[in-house]
Formats: sequence, structure tokens, C-alpha cells
Amino acid sequence: MFRPTPRASGYFRTDYAQDLALLQTRAERIGLAALVAILVTLPFVATPFLLDLACQVFLASIGALSLMLLTGYAGQISLGHAGLIAAGAFTTGILTREIHAPFWLTLPASALTGVVLGLVFGLPSLRLRGLYLAVSTLALHFIVIYLGGEYETKRGFSTGILIEKPSLGGFKLTDGRAWYFVLLIFAAATLLICVNLLRSRSGRAWRAIHARETVAEALGISISGYKLLAFVISSAMTSVAGCLFAYYRGVVSIEAFDLFLSIQYVAMIIIGGMGSLLGALLGAAFVTVFPYAIEALLKLLPNVQKLAGDIFAVNYASFGVVMILFLILEPLGLVGIWRRLQNYFLLWPFKYKPLAGTRK
Amino acid sequence: MQLLINIVVLASIYALIACGYVLIYRVSRVLNLAHGELMMFGAYLVLACSSLFAGHPVMALCAAVILSIVTGALVYIFLMRKMTGEMVLAAILTTVALGILVRGVVVLVWSSQQQYPAQALGISNPTFTLPGDGHISLWSLVLVLTNLAAYGALFGFLRFGRWGMRMRAAGQNPLLAAQRGINLHGVYALAWSLSTLTGALAGILMALDSGVTGSMPVIALKAFPAALVGGLDSLGGALIGALIVAGAEVLLIYYVDPLLSDVVPFLVLVAMLFVRPWGLFGTREELDRV
Repeated sequence: MFRPTPRASGYFRTDYAQDLALLQTRAERIGLAALVAILVTLPFVATPFLLDLACQVFLASIGALSLMLLTGYAGQISLGHAGLIAAGAFTTGILTREIHAPFWLTLPASALTGVVLGLVFGLPSLRLRGLYLAVSTLALHFIVIYLGGEYETKRGFSTGILIEKPSLGGFKLTDGRAWYFVLLIFAAATLLICVNLLRSRSGRAWRAIHARETVAEALGISISGYKLLAFVISSAMTSVAGCLFAYYRGVVSIEAFDLFLSIQYVAMIIIGGMGSLLGALLGAAFVTVFPYAIEALLKLLPNVQKLAGDIFAVNYASFGVVMILFLILEPLGLVGIWRRLQNYFLLWPFKYKPLAGTRK
Repeated sequence: MQLLINIVVLASIYALIACGYVLIYRVSRVLNLAHGELMMFGAYLVLACSSLFAGHPVMALCAAVILSIVTGALVYIFLMRKMTGEMVLAAILTTVALGILVRGVVVLVWSSQQQYPAQALGISNPTFTLPGDGHISLWSLVLVLTNLAAYGALFGFLRFGRWGMRMRAAGQNPLLAAQRGINLHGVYALAWSLSTLTGALAGILMALDSGVTGSMPVIALKAFPAALVGGLDSLGGALIGALIVAGAEVLLIYYVDPLLSDVVPFLVLVAMLFVRPWGLFGTREELDRV
């Protein structure tokens, strides 16, 4: 998290308060202020389409951040992320349909479902590792989806459960602009939670488990406890994302949560860059915007009418190609590119960092 | 009786697909999640070949089978070769990405509607009545027999064939095998093409029996639990695992709820992972970290 390279030029911390501060230099504070200003003014200038895109990016960011926590930091592979989002969405859908539960009830309920499912998804991790763990989460994904589908057909909502837009304190959330701010706040809160978790005891424990379990155990870290904690926190946040997704879309249907969604989330953290929260955000934005970008590109080509029906397939194929390219050519993801850029300017005019002790 | 036939046919489908997973996993420790898409690709190759060799169904089928072998080798040479020695997750995700790519290409070329290669080839699909009032279609019967033949051939090849022995050696200890002069890339490419071959055979026969759509890979995903229940590195295990999964699926659909169809194999899988993660006949191994 706190890599020394870009900011190591003569900045020393002199007390504990500085050490604990999230933003350490003035440049960082100004940067964040500028970012916040941009994010706040964006909805007032953006078109509804862009606004929708931004909302989707925020939703994806919550999911990607929680998956990054689990896979990128704690080292537990999960291919069942869509199942957890579905669980949150269905909890919301069922509660609003059956007892007309308001927003402030469905949100904690979804989080609670996430906690329970996190325990279930996490249990195999106590015995299994790597590939087998991935497979077990995959299986659990299908089981969650089955349960959701069963509810839909038995209750006669085969086209999906409709959900009314929620109201917050007498204010009904129908406007795209209002949604933008709600989702922005949730995404920012998720980011803050992740940052603080990772620089605390639990974050260090997860990284130790990721690096080598045996050593971590010898250091006195409770392996099973922290593994389960990672699963529980990650899936609780994911379910909250699912709950917001349900409200935002206004409809819940199992078709939205197929295996491809899980793969998209894994792609986000791979494309963004493993083991970096910034990577999760970049990956979420990339994967969410990608299909729209492809569509826009296709429109530039001639013979649009011929391809119009196949846009879905083109999207699919090019997504596969991009994923393969990232895996083979840039395993560090977008963050890897970003860091190389940073280093380039930092070291300029040199190409490599001089070895310590050689400059005499 | 019909129930028994259903179980045997479904088990053959699962077994024929599962041995593809097993072959690749056993040799290179990579889980090929694109297996279903490659299988579907094989089925669509029949469609392509049927228009190429119009009027010669046997020629068309042979061409499709040969093309699928070549596809498997090409996948290894151009894609998976770069992932040799990488992290498990990266290798699995590469196969996932490959699967997405193949699926997109298939829909682009052949559209996502249901198609019937048997009609395109001009082959009929008569139904036989077996003693005990059971029905089985011709291509299902062929599938069962192909499955048995494929397993027989693979067993013989791995046990007695020169390349089969090399494959076993590479699976046991790649470094040692390479130092003894075994061409690892050749062995891996062979494993990929054999795996694609068996997958494509399953896909082609299923397509001849009941047509092919873009949702065919789901079947392969359901066959994966069969491979894991038997043990991911055991061929014989895959056969028995397929029987267990298919039996559980057919019986539960018949007696409990048809909606269960998609989820039964995964329930079996989860149960197995809790009890004996390395499968009935698999070797217990120290698994890699991410």
C-alpha cells in the first residue's frame, strides 16, 4: 500500500499522527480535493447516458474492491462473485415483495445474507486451496442461482421481481443525479473501509496468509479465523452492492447473474492489477465502459446494419481477446502500466533506479 | 428401464467430456474451463464441413474430427504455451477468456439459433426399442459406444504407448521429465489435442442427436463435477464419477424436481469437496497458492 517510490524525496514523518494520516503530503490533499470537485460537478454537466455509466462504474467498483480484498490480498480465489451479488439483490427483492420492507431494512438484511453466505463460501477455504477452492465457489454460485430461480418460478415472477425505487427520509430516489451521489458515497465508503482494513492488523494478517500460510501460522495468525473474516467482509460488501444493484435497476432476475458476471469481476481485478485497490477501481471502470466503447467503435465502421444484430457476440469475443492480451502481455494490469509511467517520470532522465551504494 | 438408459447415456456424455478435463489436468495441472466451448466448436465444425463436403456425411464427420484435433494443438501452441509455469489462477483465467472468445466467434459465425447438423448431413436418427420397454436413439447409442472405445483407447495409449508414457512422466514431474529429454511442449500439445478430440466427439454426437445451440458449454460445466468426483488426475475415476453424477441427476429429476437439473452436479461436487477434495481415485496433492 505505502510504496516508497514516488514520494520518497525527503519526506520524513516525525510523529504518529503523520504516520496514521491517510493523505500524507500537500500534493495528495490537493489531488483528492480536485478529484472530489470533479466527481461532484460531473452529474451537473453530464448527459443521462454518462450518468448511468458512472453509476454502473460505482456499482462495479464496490464489487471489484471486495473481490480484490479477498483474492488480491487474502489470496483466496473466488469464481462465485455473481452468486453473492445475486444473494444481495434477491434478499432485497424478496423483502420488498413479501413485506414491503423499506430501504433501511433491506440494506442491512442484504449485508447479513452476505455475512452468512460468506461463512458458507469460506468454509471450503479451510480445507481447500487454489484450484479446488475456485471450483467450490463456482459450485456455490450455481446453488445460489438455483435457489433464486426456484423462488422466481414458485412465486410466479418468472420475468423478474420488480422493485420500487427506495425513498430516503421522505425523498424518493428516482432521479439519476440522486442515484449518482448515493452510489458515489457507497463506493467511497467501501474504498475507505478497504484502505483502513488493509493497513490494520487484519490486512497484515491477510497478506501474510497470502504469502505463505505456514509462516503466517507460525507468526501466531489464526489462519482459519482470518480466512473466514476475509470471506465474510468481502461477501457482505458484495451483497450490499447487490442490494444497490437491485434498487438501481428496479428489477431482479437470475438471468443478470450468470457465470459471465463472475468472470467479469475476476477480469476487473486481473485487468486492473492484482493486489492494488487502485487496480480494482481502474479495472471496474475499464470492464464497465468496455462494451459501450466497442459499440461506439462499431458504429464508426461501415455496414453497421449488418453487424447490429451481432453486437453482443462482438462484445463477447473482443472481451475474451482483451482478457487474453492482459493475461499474457501485462500480468500486472493497468496499475502496472501506471506504475511504469510514474517511475519513468520519477527517474527521468535515467531508465533504471541506481543500485544502492553504487553512486560514490 | 428407461431410467437406466437415461443414466447410462447421460453418464457417457459426462464421461466423454470429463476425460478431456482429466487429460489436461493430469499432464499440465491446468484446469481447462474452455473445454465446453471447444466442444461446442467441434459440433459447429460439423455444420461447416457438411456444407463443404455436401453429400459425403462420413467425409464431413472425419474432417470435423481432424479439424478439432488441430484446433486443440493450435490452442496450446498459440495460447497456453505462454502460460506454462505461470500461476494457477492466470492459467485458468486464460482458458476462461479463450472460452468467451470462442463463444463470441461461434455466435458471430453461426448465429445463436438452434441448428441440426444431422439434417445438414442428411442423416436420420431412428429410435430403437430395447427389451424392457426402453427407448434409445441411434446417436445416443453411438455415443455410449464411442465413450467406451475412447476410454479403452486412452487407457491403452497411456499404459503402453511411448507418448502415453511420456505424458504420464510429464504429469508426475515435469522438470525431471524435461531433463530426461522428453519434449514437454510436444506432450502438452498432444494432451490438448486429445482432450479437444474427446470433447469434440461428445459435442458432435450430442449435436447429431439433438441439435446444437450456443448454450452447449453448460453441459460441459456440469460434466466437470464428474471429473472432480472421480479425482482430477484419474481417468478411471472420471468414468465412475460420471456414473455417480449422472445417476444422482437423473434420479433426482425424476423423483424430486425437474428444475434441479442444473444444480445437482454442483451439489454432488460440494459434498465431495467437503468429504474428499482430491476425489475418489485422485492422488492427494499439495495445492498451489494463488
